[in-house]
Formats: sequence, C-alpha cells, structure tokens
Amino acid sequence: MKQAPTNGSPCKLALADGIVVNGYAIGHRGETGGELCFNTSMTGYQEIMTDPSYHGQIMMMTYPHIGNYGAMDIDMEADMPMVAGFVVRQFAERYSNLQADESLDRFMKRHRLVGISGVDTRRLVRHIRAQGVMNAVVSSVDLDDERLIERARSWPSMDGLELASRVTVDAAADWCGGDGPRIAVFDYGVKRNILRSFEAQGCAVRLFPASISLEQVLAWEPDGLFFSNGPGDPRAMPDAIETVREAFRTDIPLFGICLGHQLMALASGCEVYKMFVGHRGANQPVQNLETRHVEVTTQNHGFAVREDSIPEKEAHITHRNLNDRTVEGLRFTNHAAFSVQYHPEASPGPHDSHYLFDLFLKAVGMRRRAAAGATEKVTA
Amino acid sequence: MPKREDIHRILLIGSGPIVIGQACEFDYSGTQAARALRREGYEVVLVNSNPATIMTDKLTADKIYLKDLIPASIREIVEIEKPEAVLPTMGGQTALNLAGVLQDEGFWAAHDVEVIGVDIDAIRITEDRQEFRDLMDRIGIDQARSRVAKSLLEAKEIAQEIGELPVVIRPSYTLGGSGGGIVWTYEEFDRKVMRGLEMSPVHQVLIEECLFGWKEYELELLRDANDNVIIVCPIENVDPMGVHTGDSVTVAPAQTLTDKQYQRMRDAAIRAMRSIGTFAGGCNIQFAFDPAGRRMIVIEINPRVSRSSALASKATGYPIAKVAARLAAGYTLDELPNEVTGTTSACFEPAIDYVVTKIPRFNFDKFEGVDEVLTTQMKAVGEVMAIGRTFPESLQKAWQSLEIGYNGLGADREDASPSEVRERLAKPLWDRTLQIRNAFKLGASVEEIADVSKVDPWFLYQIRDIVRLEEEIGKRTIQEMDAEFTGRVKQYGFSDIQIAYLLNGDANEMQVREHRKTLGVTPSYQVVDTCAGEFPAETPYFYSSYEQGTESKVSDRKKVIILGSGPNRIGQGIEFDYSCVHGVNAARDSGFEAIMINCNPETVSTDFDIADKLYFEPVYWERVLDIIEYEQPEGVIVQLGGQTALKIAEKLHRHGIRIFGTSYEMMDLAESRGKFSEILKELEIPFPPYGMAVTVQEAVATAERIGYPILIRPSYVLGGQGMRIAINKEEVQHYTKKIWTLFPDNHVLLDLFLENAIEMDVDAVRDGEETWIAGIMQHIEPAGVHSGDSTAVLPPFSLSEEILQTVRKYVRDIADRLDIIGVMNVQFAIKDGIVYCIEANPRASRTVPFVAKATGIPVSDIATKVMLGQKLSDFRKEGRLISNLEGYAIKEPVFSWDKFPEVPKELGPEMKSTGEAIAFVDALTDEHFRRPYEMRNLYLSR
Repeated sequence: MKQAPTNGSPCKLALADGIVVNGYAIGHRGETGGELCFNTSMTGYQEIMTDPSYHGQIMMMTYPHIGNYGAMDIDMEADMPMVAGFVVRQFAERYSNLQADESLDRFMKRHRLVGISGVDTRRLVRHIRAQGVMNAVVSSVDLDDERLIERARSWPSMDGLELASRVTVDAAADWCGGDGPRIAVFDYGVKRNILRSFEAQGCAVRLFPASISLEQVLAWEPDGLFFSNGPGDPRAMPDAIETVREAFRTDIPLFGICLGHQLMALASGCEVYKMFVGHRGANQPVQNLETRHVEVTTQNHGFAVREDSIPEKEAHITHRNLNDRTVEGLRFTNHAAFSVQYHPEASPGPHDSHYLFDLFLKAVGMRRRAAAGATEKVTA
Repeated sequence: MPKREDIHRILLIGSGPIVIGQACEFDYSGTQAARALRREGYEVVLVNSNPATIMTDKLTADKIYLKDLIPASIREIVEIEKPEAVLPTMGGQTALNLAGVLQDEGFWAAHDVEVIGVDIDAIRITEDRQEFRDLMDRIGIDQARSRVAKSLLEAKEIAQEIGELPVVIRPSYTLGGSGGGIVWTYEEFDRKVMRGLEMSPVHQVLIEECLFGWKEYELELLRDANDNVIIVCPIENVDPMGVHTGDSVTVAPAQTLTDKQYQRMRDAAIRAMRSIGTFAGGCNIQFAFDPAGRRMIVIEINPRVSRSSALASKATGYPIAKVAARLAAGYTLDELPNEVTGTTSACFEPAIDYVVTKIPRFNFDKFEGVDEVLTTQMKAVGEVMAIGRTFPESLQKAWQSLEIGYNGLGADREDASPSEVRERLAKPLWDRTLQIRNAFKLGASVEEIADVSKVDPWFLYQIRDIVRLEEEIGKRTIQEMDAEFTGRVKQYGFSDIQIAYLLNGDANEMQVREHRKTLGVTPSYQVVDTCAGEFPAETPYFYSSYEQGTESKVSDRKKVIILGSGPNRIGQGIEFDYSCVHGVNAARDSGFEAIMINCNPETVSTDFDIADKLYFEPVYWERVLDIIEYEQPEGVIVQLGGQTALKIAEKLHRHGIRIFGTSYEMMDLAESRGKFSEILKELEIPFPPYGMAVTVQEAVATAERIGYPILIRPSYVLGGQGMRIAINKEEVQHYTKKIWTLFPDNHVLLDLFLENAIEMDVDAVRDGEETWIAGIMQHIEPAGVHSGDSTAVLPPFSLSEEILQTVRKYVRDIADRLDIIGVMNVQFAIKDGIVYCIEANPRASRTVPFVAKATGIPVSDIATKVMLGQKLSDFRKEGRLISNLEGYAIKEPVFSWDKFPEVPKELGPEMKSTGEAIAFVDALTDEHFRRPYEMRNLYLSR
C-alpha cells in the first residue's frame, strides 16, 4: 500500500514473473516492451538512452533523480533514443542547464519514447539481481495487470535474438573524410562517441552496414577495421562472424568493442554466453593484465566470452573485470587485433580507457607506414 | 604489490583538540587507519593530545601517547618507539604541518623513519599559492586569476589588475581558511589584507578573482602505488562559491552536472593528484564551474583525508581512511576487497541510488557580536548528514537532524515575514535552504530566487516541489489523507509534526502517526551498499525512506538501541560520541545486539563496523520511534548521547519504552531545578539560593531577594547557553530580556553567584546498590567560568581531605536518592569551607573520556554494562576500578577565537571552547598547571 506518488497520468510496469508496479507516465503515452535491465551510472542518462546497444531493452536507472540537466544534441549517441522504454524513480519535470535544448520529457515525447516514473527502482534492481534480467512491459494505455503480465511473458527473449540489423546504417556512409588513416566501421549500432574518437585523431571514418561483405569494405582500402558495439545476441549473427573470420585473414589491424569483441571472439573459436544480470554502469573496474593498471570503465553488456573456451593458440586475455573476474579484453595471436568488452569511448563514463584508440591507431599507422615505405621502394 | 614487510611499527599522528575547521572527523579517520593497520599486523604508535577520542583508546592502538602535538613530543616518541614509518595524513592539517616541520629539520631521515601516505616535499606546492598556480598551469587546469601579495601595496596592485571588487583574500598556510574572505569595499580590503598578512605564518596573502555565484564541487580521490586512481564521490555544494565548503549545504552525488562536465572534472582531478608527487593515499580536490557550465577551475587540493572524505565515506559506504591507510602500507587498490559487498573490488567508484544532504551546524548564539554572514572562512562547529531516496527527502531529514527545534524544512511554525525573508535570502546565511522555502511560500519565482541567491535552479525546483506539496496538505483534513497521498508526503520527508501543523483542522503528531500506520504508511529501510543494488551487500548500514522494499532484517537476538549525540556543537561534542562508541562495545560484550542511531557524519559511532546495526537517521523522535517499533529492542540507552538523547527520554517513558539505567522520573528530578532543590534540601546538601522567573519584574524581584552578583540563565539549555552574571538590577533587566528574545516561553533561573568559589566536577557510576566515584576534578578557574571552559585537574590539588569526604558523601547521597543506574556527573562549588551542589546530570558528561584516559578505567564501558545489569563488584573483583594515574592529569580547554576576531575573548558562565587537550604532569610546578593558574582570573567576564 505504500505505493509511490502518482502526480501525473497513471502508468504501469509489469514484469514477466508477475510483478506489477504503479507509477506515472513520462515521455510518450503508450505501451512498450523489452528486456528490463538496470544501469548504475549517476550521470549520462541521455547517452544511455540513445546508445544503440540498448535497442530493445527497457532501461531502469538506479540513480533516482533523472532529467536534472535536460537534453541536448551533444549528448546524442545515435539519431534517436534506442531504449525500448525508460524507468526512473524521480523524474525532473524541470531542468537546470543553460546548454540544454529541451527537457528530457519533451525529448522523450518528441521521439515517442515511453517511460514511467515514481517507481521504487531499488526494489526492482534487487529483484532482477536475484532473479536475472527478464522481460517487461510499460504501459500508460492499458492498465490491466493480467493483460500486461501476459504481454511481458510473450515478449520475445533476448536470448538468440539478432538486433544489429535494426540499428545499422542502410548503406555505406562517411562519418568524416580526410587524409588520415581510413577506418572502416562495421556498424552493428555504433555509438557516436566511438566515431568522434576516431575523428578527433584525424581518421577518415566510413560506416558499413552490418550485413556487408568484407570484399566490399576492402574495396575502400581501409587501414583499420573496427567492429562496433551493438544490441542483441552475437551468436545469432553467423554471417557477421564469418566476415570477421575473413578479416582475420587480412593483414589489416582489427579492433572490436562490446558486440564487436564478442564477434571477434566467436570468430576465433571462443564461446559466448548470456549473463545472469550483465554489466551496465560507469564504475566497473577492469584490470589491464599487462600493466596491472586498473581502469574504471563504462559497461553495457548482457553477453560475455566464456574464459575456459578461449583457444590458447588463438587469443589470450588482456583485461579482466575485478568484480566478477569475467573476460574484458582479448589480444589475438598472429594478428594485429584486439578487442574489449567494455566501452573505451565512455560517453557516459570515465575516460580511463581512451588509450585503446591510440593503441589501435598505432597499429594502423605502422602498417600504413610500412605500406608507404614499400610503395616508395617500388616507385624508386 | 602486497603489503610492505619492511616496516613493522607505524607512528600515526592525530589532529589534537577540536577546533573549528578540524573536528572529530579526524578521530574517525585516525581510528579507521589505526584499526586497519593493526589488522594487517603492524604495530601502531599513536600520538594525540585529545583525550576525547576513540583513537587514543587501548582498543585502537598498541602504544598511545597523550601528548601535545609539537615537534618535541614526536622527537621523544620516535626515540623511544623507533617506528620505521610515520603516517601523517589522518590528523588533518595539524599532523601534516607537524610532519613537514620535522621533514625540514631532517628528523625523519636521520631516524630512518619513512613518511608514508603523502609526499611531503611535493605537497608543499598545494599550500603555496603561487607554486600551486604554476603547477596547475603546467598541467593545463584553469584557475581563478590571482597573485600572491607580501604587502598591502602589492595587494592593491593585484586588485587593480583583476579589475573590480569583490575579490577574495586568502592568507597562506592557515587552518580552515582563517583570516580569509570576500571583500566588497576598499576599506574592508585594507583591513583584511593587513590581518591576513599578520595571520599567515609566512606573511603572504593571495588576492584572487571572486567567483561569487559559481557552482562548487568536491571530489574525493584515492591513489595507490601503482598509480591507479579512483574517485569515491563527487559532492556538490548547494551554496555557490563564496561560502567555505565546511559551511555550505552539500549534496552527494553531484546533481546538476552533465556527464561530459563531470568527466572533465574527473580527468582534471586525476591529473592534479598525479602532479603532486608519488604517494599512495587519499586526496580532496575542489572545483568551480561557471553557472553556464563552460569554464571550470580548480580551487584547491588537500593531499590527506579531510572532513569531506569522512562525509564521502558515510555517504557512499566506502571507507576512505581505512583504504588510504592500507594503500600507504603498500597495497594496491586491486588487491583490496570492497568490504561492503565482500565479493567485489575496492578499486571502483561507488554508485549510489539515494541522495545525501549535509547541513552544517553553527553556534553563533555563543559569540556575541559575531558576523553571521558566511564567508570563505569556516564558522560551523558541526554538521549533520541525512540520507533519502530523493533530495527533498534528504533535505527535510537533515533539518530534522539539526536539533534546533525544526521538524523539517519549516512548515511547523508561523512563516517569516516578507522583509525578513528578503533580507536573509540576499546574504549567504546558515538557513538559506529554509529561506528559499519561505520565499516560495511568499510567491517568489525560481528565477527571482536564483537571481538573489545564485543557488542552482535545480535545487530551487526541488524545494518548490516541497512547498507545493505543503500547500496540498493544507487543503486536506486528516480523513482526506489517503494512502497514496500520505505515502507521497512521507517520501518528501515531511515529519508527522509538519503534517499535523499543515493539516486543515486539528490533528497532533501522534494522530497523524496512527493514521498513517493504519494506512500502512511506515518507513522502509535500505542498505547503504556502495553499488546501487548491483551486488548483494551484508553491511548493516541503513537509512529510512518510504519505499516498497525494506532490507533491514530484524534478528531474534535481544537488542539495545543507543541514541547518539547528533551534530557537534559547543557543549556537546566528540566526548559524547566517545561514550556512545564505548556503550556500543559494552552492549555487544554483554550479549546484546547493539543498534546505533546517529546523524553526525564526522563520528566514529557512525562507522558501519562499530555497532551491530547502524541506522544513519536523525536523532529525532519520530525517526527514533519508527526504528524502535521496527526493531523491538529490549530497551534504549539515553545516558551516553548527551542532551540529544536525554531529551528523548521523556517521550520514550510516555510510550512505555524501556530506558536502560536510571528511570525517567529520576532523570526528570535531576533536570528540573525546582524538584532537584527540594531533594538537596531533603538530603541537607547546601546549594546557592535561587529563584525562578517568567517576567522581567519577577526576575528583578527575585534578584533583589537573593542578592548580587547573581547568575541568570534559561532553564533546560546546554553548555550554559545565554547564561550571564549580573551585578545590579539594570543588568538583570537587560539579560533577562535578552534571554526571552532568544528563548521565549522559557523559565529564567536566578542563582546567587558564589564569588571566588572553587568549582569541582565529579563523575560517578552507580549500579543500583553502590556508587563508585570515577573521578573528582578541581577547576583552576573560579566558579563562574563554565566547567567546559575551565582547566580541570584530576585529582584535586588544593582541597582538604575533609572537603573531599563531604563531596563523596554528597555524590553518594544524590546518586542513592535519584536511584541512579549508570553514570552521573555532579558539580560543586566550595566557598568558605562549605560545599554547595550546583547541579547534577544523570548522564555521561563531557569529562567522562578525560577521566577514563587519566585513570585508565573505561568509565562509559562500565557504566553501560551496569545499565544492562552488571554490578560494580564484578569489576572491582577483576581489579578494573583501580586508577593507574600517577601525578596529575589536566584537562585544558581549547578555543577557536581566531575564527571570530570580532568577538571579545572572555570567559564566563556560557561555554565557548570547542575542544580540549590532556596533559599529564608530575608536579604542580609544571607549565601546564602554572600558566592557567596564574591567569585564572584574567578572562572572567560578567
């Protein structure tokens, strides 16, 4: 009976296991469904909301006050919100930020994003922590508990679900041009800050659709291949895995983040499994096993590489999560290739791991210089 | 790297007596550090002159030196103990400065003592304004425009360079920003520069661009020997720049920064920490953001644990001092576990899913003529912290914690007048959040309030929400308070008293309480877990809210609740926390589950591994009763937490809740002047003639009857608040009028003042059968100087055995008559061979820790066990009541006069000291005795 405040129009959140909580509607009035997961980051709600890796998931923010500084274009990680729904404890109707364009509510309405506020998020977080992530439905149009639970139950499971094709570019597109190293991005739902990170280093960046063949990419003569983050189950992407496998046969440096990391692992013979809760936040400690340095990282994944499945000859672990010891980074043998499970581009989150971009570009640069040297010799 | 095996014995330096700017947070950090190091197998040698600390307990360190914090003491201790390392980062600026002096002498190197936890040479930079500027320039961190001046002339030139006034003046190397401040006029400028030059030990002041109205932030960092750095918590000041962070209302985590802004700050903080030498330990960095959120500048770095790191530890559950100590001993962050979850790593940044609000507590009433406007020089004497799921809830809980008569953010009394609100809001004053609320009540807009106060509009919107809800309550009767609405109101932190006050129609606190309980609106208790629920945490550290899920599991053990002493203030400080911590330990020893309730983030009692369960909650009746109803303890201990806890006794009694030890009726007898005098009469114990008055005329008549000089005071106050000595009718009129403006509806007590009498303090414990006198102290200053401000000597130095016999008999008679079970303090004045009883307090007094340290007997521990049923004879049999004091122990009061230069330095019946030191002397020829003895009559004011 100690139900949370409802000072707006009523809204409900129903979980597949039968829990229904009341709150009030924020953003668009309507209904949405997806896997309910939580993020512990205390800042960066808009970046999280627009991160394509969250496509199809209902995001619950553990920090209670959300919307404090409004919404603004520079915080976009994609063209539009990517989460399926948004769950908060205390939504800020009014914001304070001279740089903001609009309130988060208006932003959500404009993008038809359904959300619920006034929910005891902590109780649900503890529930998910104990029971694992599960599907849920948020609705401000149908308030019948039974029907909502039923719809949450019948919502397709994330397990085995391919989602990258829904958030990738339709056709190859240039993010930025220039004379710098050419980075080909396999776009499974790439976050803009990854692209901005390459751009800031003077790279020419082109995005390719998830279904592209390697041949088509190589035709652009890239200096580095980047496998992006993205939503869904990587095991449901056999074509992409095959493309990555082919990429390993080239001499072009490879770098993968999150889903890209999982695809590179799968292409090298590792197994990937669905985690019970997953890692979603901006405070995850990751140790670089080579330097012993610890990076505080941004993470966002529900799948992970199974450590005992890593073929000794193919790859070794470079980074490990200090909390649950899971695999966070791999270096691949016989190739200038590495990948990380976490997000060095941050946004939101700490910048501790930004050096990975430098590492990748160093490899890219070496190959480029070597190639240039070879050409010079030929012409001489 | 694992812990270092090449060092075995570590010297830990404390922070000395409590002064404004350096309070009991350093007992908390020192205690944590000492315990952590001992657990690692190191021998800890501790030095501190403050007897009222837990760190100076046998429980905490292997060797304890209660000595003055001066180089000579350290030299002596190092010669005897030969430690291999010294950790100077836990004792505030005092310890750090001391280590610096010895570093300059080459003392540490000569004695093979390694300074750990800080790079002394490198951090000099953080103290020297110009070097710090240059360093920040080098690493590309923006700062306020400023330059150091060594003369008034130079200062004027710099002010001209900066442009217009206001500018900020900061003297170099002074504690808590002493002597600094914003100046708005040229006249003030000259005066403050001159004073700053005088106060600074190097005679330098910094003239700085004024960042008035900028947003202020603090970050708490930890770094290990492998150069890993984490940020434990970002703290945002509600008060904009211009108010010392110790005087600001602050909130954790930061509320109004975007991720990009926050990460910019985090990057800069890490760069800054790495720039001040190679060391493993903690650090605090302050930043300011211009209101548009574009320009960010660094303000200062403190390369040690601080008041804010204590706050950040309590706010997040991350034990900064403990981890910092282990890092100083060689561990790296990745090797340490997060003790809260037990399963994850300490090398991470806590995520919290609640809001923490800190409000400082001031004691301006103690200092006549004090300038109450807050500046860059700290004036607060204590602070409260409150945890709520939202900012409104935590803000209201913080106001409930303050113990200044408020039941939340206003809404419990007549509203202030528009002119008063306008006047107060325009200045940075201690009650700004309340005045913002009042301004909304008067119809002001967010824009108007933001313009005047420069407080970020986000906070204003939140306070406006509280006011809107207030208005909604006002439209309802209690019957119209349904479950949904009542739940929402409680989620906004409203107390039952506020609701009762606001309701349209008659309802009192208890009716509101019963009503909401019928509706099922009762608090939930959440764990402070460092990780926003991501991992299970077993830490028994809770806060209340009104949510759906509760996480505090009630055990089937027999329990006792110990009420803490709330925020530090003059008259009630660290001494009471000392007793509470001992009470907790004693209760645990006695087989009880010990449950602590307190809201002071600076204390040891709110460290989550002290009690079996910690409720970080206001020591406020409603919140206390909620916890009692939830936990169902056997009873409550009220004797240890000072007046804070004692004040709650009456309500506990009325609700039939058991109070361990002395009964409420008897406590009331001791507290009530009239009833107590009757008892003294009955026991044939002399007391100064006295009278009571409720009007000025009555007061004058009473005074004329009793005679002059006469002591005037309001009844039921702490630390002699408002107490004065009058010598004639006019003064009686003057003082009583003043008392009634400060304390309306209060009785005024008038006692004949015993001129040139000798004053004594006695602490005793009674078990229901016999009374044990723990210590008799004789004051050096004559009666009339508040006992807290007096130099007390244990044992008495000039009293005959006959007088002492009388005193002992009186204490026993009073204790028997009041049927004391537990601890009691009695004060006497001796004049012309007659022993007069001045007052008796049925609780642990300020002197209990002093007596315990002087005699080596754990007085509060014994008192607690006696309350819980043990007998004094048990302790006597074990030989635990025997004092090991040789010579004399002297308790020396310590003042913070330098923070209030406008206040005359004089002593009287109203307490003004903020802390105390202990000195052990063999003979009365010692300087520690001679100096106060020679000056004993100098400062007595009338």
